[in-house]
Amino acid sequence: MMQKKFDFDKLEIELPDSISKIERRKFLKMGFAITGLLLGGKILSLTSVVDKGYAFQKEKYPYKPHYSMLIYQNRCIDCELCMEACSKTNQVPSYGYRTTILQRKMPQAIDQQIEFIPVLCNQCNRPPCVTGCPTRATYKDKRNGIVMMINKKCIGCKTCMTACPYNARYYNEEKHAVDKCDFCYGSRLSKGLTTTACAEVCPAGVRIFGDLSDPNSEIFRMVHQLERTIWVLRPESGAAPNVFYTRG
Amino acid sequence: MAENLTKTEAATEVAVPTRWDILVNRLTGLSKTYYLLLGLCSFIAMIGIAAGLHAMYIGYNHAYNVSREIPWGILISTYVFFVVTSTGLCLVSSIGHVFGVKDFMPIAKRAVFLSIVTIVAGFTVIFFEIENPFRMAIYNIISPNFYSNIWWMGTLYGAYLFFMILEFILLQIEKHKLASYAGFMGVVSGIAAHSNLGAVFGMLHGREFWYGPYMPIYFIASAMMSGCATILFFTYMAHKINNEHIDKMVAKALEVTTRVGILTICIIMFFTIWKVLTGFVGAEGKREALMVLLAGKYSFNFWFLEVGIGMLIPLILYILSKGKNMKLIFIGSALMIFGIFFMRYDLVVVGQIVPVYYELGVAEYETLLSYSPSIHEILVVLGGLGIVATTFLLGEKIFNAHRVEEHEHVPVSISFETMGMADTKILKE
Repeated sequence: MMQKKFDFDKLEIELPDSISKIERRKFLKMGFAITGLLLGGKILSLTSVVDKGYAFQKEKYPYKPHYSMLIYQNRCIDCELCMEACSKTNQVPSYGYRTTILQRKMPQAIDQQIEFIPVLCNQCNRPPCVTGCPTRATYKDKRNGIVMMINKKCIGCKTCMTACPYNARYYNEEKHAVDKCDFCYGSRLSKGLTTTACAEVCPAGVRIFGDLSDPNSEIFRMVHQLERTIWVLRPESGAAPNVFYTRG
Repeated sequence: MAENLTKTEAATEVAVPTRWDILVNRLTGLSKTYYLLLGLCSFIAMIGIAAGLHAMYIGYNHAYNVSREIPWGILISTYVFFVVTSTGLCLVSSIGHVFGVKDFMPIAKRAVFLSIVTIVAGFTVIFFEIENPFRMAIYNIISPNFYSNIWWMGTLYGAYLFFMILEFILLQIEKHKLASYAGFMGVVSGIAAHSNLGAVFGMLHGREFWYGPYMPIYFIASAMMSGCATILFFTYMAHKINNEHIDKMVAKALEVTTRVGILTICIIMFFTIWKVLTGFVGAEGKREALMVLLAGKYSFNFWFLEVGIGMLIPLILYILSKGKNMKLIFIGSALMIFGIFFMRYDLVVVGQIVPVYYELGVAEYETLLSYSPSIHEILVVLGGLGIVATTFLLGEKIFNAHRVEEHEHVPVSISFETMGMADTKILKE
């Protein structure tokens, strides 16, 4: 079989000048949308990663309700009201935090060059902190999948802090125990409220809190669709987190 | 009756020394240098403990430089250093006592003693690291997590300490058969505990630098290396402070231990080479941490202290000594122990130096983290070393230089009764 010969000399060279700015933007946007891989940030983003085993495995939903959070990364304006509400609701001391907002600067990006990434405990399905704790002071709640603390059992070895892939834990001097986000279970959910303090206070609707096992919940509908790119942070750790990220 | 009378008379003539007398006798009339050393070492130990108590009082977050991002600092690495040494000493002692290799017998008893001393020092250091050590005693028992390597490590080290103390007591009362059983149990629990300590790091799947089966294996191999260096170092020191010549039997024991030392250094070099080479591929966090060690902030620690002082120079000195030149062996061992201390430090700290969000490219974590020990932490570390040195010095005298009789290749009885007889002679003279 003969191979088709190309005359390379006659091919038009695509120099940067020969492509319009709009076309380039389009191309870049398309690239971002398809891969979702943003400027070296190692966020594995595949379409609806949930059914690839991050939130639940073959058994569908390990918990009922299966509490989780969806974060619209591009909506965050770093007003820090969530952090403030969290600290107030859960008596978080000034030297610690249960949730924070990280900044990613992208000077090379077109238009918006900075984005804010709220982070908190990912209430992992395979939590390294729970495995590591020698005294079961931290445990995965069988009812709702929240990773909780029994303060009096904490020996302060800080294995959970070292183990956590999300830097979600700190040692609370007043409680004499490691403290972490419990999706406001202690302060709100157990008292009949349906959402976390951070989600409630957010003026930009960044944080969507809900039950992932409920097909009628907003978080279920947002996460379970093909058009939307959903990702989690540090999927390579194998911790199977329950905090999802998206843009839109 | 008559016999009884004479016995009583004899007893009134020469007072049979009590256990206390023997102890006092062994600890008095020693050289000034010994007392000076003892005073200095116990002073350091006390300062360390005082610093630990002070830190506990003012709160560890004010006294120590560990942070949310780097929760494990020099106290954890020193704990690792001590327990690795302890396990190593137990393994070296077991070659003689448990597995019956006669050449190793003369050093085995001291090794058992030192393995107890080093683990106690390790426990002291960790006591001042853990925020609520008293809770541990309760909830380790009533709320155990069988999935946790920390739980297994702590529990098995508890068992290990028990068996090592039991072995030591049985050796003192000349129950050699039973002692070897206790020793065997000590080895089993020691290896299990120690590999679990490796797994404490190796099973943290959020930390690329540590994660994997490498750590438990490396820890066991590395324990052997530490054990050889430590027993060689302290045997030489013991002969110096006891003003004794190294006899044939001990010399032979040191020669074979040096050989094992050479082998284990080579094994650890091999491990280190492959750890580095495999680190270049794979997750970015691991590569970053490795680069810090090879070419960054910790490169002096790695190349000079770990590789040079900890492995290369001791290897050369051991080989040059041919197992006979005690000075070279001693210098090699001392350097090795010094280097190994930093090996543990680098292992613990560099494993946390890459922030968990490093690859996310956020402004907060775009640079690597840093940690340097606080004065409280350093003093507690020195306190641990002081405890080892003080107990070693006292042990040499109290247990009569861990002497081993030639006739059986097993330790001479220094149970208090027979000790009494031996010392009576000295008293008479």
